[in-house]
Amino acid sequence: MNETAMNELSGTPLLRARGLRKDYGKDAGLVRAVDGVDLDVDAGETVAVTGPSGCGKSTLLHLLGGLDRASAGEIWLAGQRVDEMGERALARLRREAVGFVFQAFHLMDELTAVENVELPALLAGRSPRAARRRAAGLLERVGLADRAGFLPSALSGGQRQRVAIARALVADPLVVMADEPTGNLDSEATLDVLRLFDGLHAAGQTLVIVTHDARIAATADRLISMRDGAFVDQTRLTGGTSGSLGALAGLEG
Amino acid sequence: MQQEVVLAMLAKEPSHGYELRARLQQALGPAGDAMNAGQIYVTLSRLEKAGLVRCEQAAGLPDRPDRKVYALTADGQHRVTDWINDTSWPRPGLAEFHLKLIAAAAAGLADPIAITDAQRRELLRRLRDAQRAAMAEPHRSDAALLLEGIVLRLQADLRWLEACERHWTGWKDRT
Repeated sequence: MNETAMNELSGTPLLRARGLRKDYGKDAGLVRAVDGVDLDVDAGETVAVTGPSGCGKSTLLHLLGGLDRASAGEIWLAGQRVDEMGERALARLRREAVGFVFQAFHLMDELTAVENVELPALLAGRSPRAARRRAAGLLERVGLADRAGFLPSALSGGQRQRVAIARALVADPLVVMADEPTGNLDSEATLDVLRLFDGLHAAGQTLVIVTHDARIAATADRLISMRDGAFVDQTRLTGGTSGSLGALAGLEG
Repeated sequence: MQQEVVLAMLAKEPSHGYELRARLQQALGPAGDAMNAGQIYVTLSRLEKAGLVRCEQAAGLPDRPDRKVYALTADGQHRVTDWINDTSWPRPGLAEFHLKLIAAAAAGLADPIAITDAQRRELLRRLRDAQRAAMAEPHRSDAALLLEGIVLRLQADLRWLEACERHWTGWKDRT
């Protein structure tokens, strides 16, 4: 039984943060980028954190994913204390338990699409053959099987982001964390990314997305609004009423 | 003029017609230029007939031609509460939603931020539905284009709600 399944059984959240804080500068120049955040994310849940730029949402994601250290507070991922880990354990956690998707894709320019995707699997100690097989399968899943041998420079922005999503999934992470994943994409490419996230959600993947794109926020199970480093509103978007699409298009009064 | 807007402006205190008009003009700015002077009196007399406001002759004020003071009845108050809680969209239009926040704040009927939050949740649900429908459409279908228009318009509305929230944040401390 994998850890995700065990978490579902025991009913504890997959990702938990308590009293999370991140300070920059000191004295009069002290900025509290994240200021006392408590968060529980259940296995299989899609949570979106929205807010204006500078509200601390990217910093929060970096803390949750172990990319940066908190000034105070506790983080658990699948029951493990993340904030107390040493550098090596943290690096391993980032490689194996968390998949990252960034606004600027962060692909290696000199590697082909399939090489980019398989890289984390190789770093995690998979055999080259297994890593390549998995990478090829994931590229197919994101609709880019025919672009496997292309360099990122030969791909459109939307295609690069789909490669990055495949890469985020290659190590079979417990949680995928995305930071403005549609920030650089046009409307059609955004829809492709949303379809992918929707498919991941349906497959039970846990997703934490920080974004100011309302289109992504609207697809989440739970939407958290962040201001000045703190959560100010939480909304469950599942269920509820919905207006008629016709009325929104001006067809009825 | 939307009847509920006029009712909600009366929720703060009983007022003369010209006072209501001045407050509306201030709230609407150039967007309210099209509002003609008689409209508000027509609306007020309709509301009176419907039993939603009552009219009293004010004493004094000889320099004012308009001596009637309008006040909400209990039915009128109910109508205002329903209107404030209504999250339909895209009607009310922008001006109506704008005036809703102003009237709610002025009369202390509701927190404009809470009204904005409720409206945002409703728009996000609609955005989710429109987006689901768009995702289910075949690539580049005619219908997908219309859905994209709905999605873009909802996004613009949501951005305006963010602006409303910024504007009304801390309004209690400012007044």
